[in-house]
Amino acid sequence: MIKKNDLILAGTVLIVALAAVLLITFTKKEGAEVVVTVDGEVYKTMPLDKDATLTLGDKQGNYNVVEVKGGEVTMTEANCRDQICVNHKAIHYNHESIVCLPHKVTVEIRGGEEGDIDIMAN
Amino acid sequence: MKTRNVAMYGMLIALAFILSYIESIIPIPVPIPGIKIGLANLVVVTALFLMGPKQAFVMSMIRIVLVGFTFGNLSTMIFSFGGGLLSWLIMTIAKRWNKFSVTGVSILGAISHNAGQILIAMWVVNSGVLIYYLPFLIISGLVTGAVIGIAGGLIINNLKKIELFRP
Repeated sequence: MIKKNDLILAGTVLIVALAAVLLITFTKKEGAEVVVTVDGEVYKTMPLDKDATLTLGDKQGNYNVVEVKGGEVTMTEANCRDQICVNHKAIHYNHESIVCLPHKVTVEIRGGEEGDIDIMAN
Repeated sequence: MKTRNVAMYGMLIALAFILSYIESIIPIPVPIPGIKIGLANLVVVTALFLMGPKQAFVMSMIRIVLVGFTFGNLSTMIFSFGGGLLSWLIMTIAKRWNKFSVTGVSILGAISHNAGQILIAMWVVNSGVLIYYLPFLIISGLVTGAVIGIAGGLIINNLKKIELFRP
């Protein structure tokens, strides 16, 4: 029932995916700032080394609470239906993200160097 | 439409619907958007091998609309359509290619389902950062796809012994 080709497929896919995971794991650096976007637009950029709480809300009563604490970011509260963002582990490495799909909110860690431009623009 | 097909559609859609419900009450321990067990894909794979690509497509789409209106909403439905369409397309091509068994076709279906959902998600939140989840989604699709594929293979082989299910 399992053909040789199935195993070749599974093996290839596994190797490629694991290589990508390893690449992401070994090239990750501590991030420098937190970029919060709503519907693709940058809403706020915050430094990662300063504790802060940001509450996002809209007219329909949807809300998300983003907390920066001890150099890590978590989504502490949200009234979305899947709660994936709230259950997500704390993030602090460059390119890590917490996404709340129902509310179109993303919280993304960015590195220091590339982030400087954003700070200046703001 | 032949009576046999009407009965098959009804039965398989009902089954897919129940499997989607069961899936919706099983909590997924990994908080990554787009991860699915894909229980309903068991039925789509079965339909693809026992009935054909067209029937599998109709079934998959009817299931998404029914499940969307019952357990979800319009926005969860967009994700299901993204995953469902891509996975149907890839599975149909993979089956026609004739190189894989049900297991291989199901693995490709599960991976493309997850990938389709993440692509829709990237479009919805308008941000590319979700691409970093893709390797994890591929691994999860590999595991769930293999399990569903092996189970599907058993089901298909047994159903083929019954005259009604012979294409």
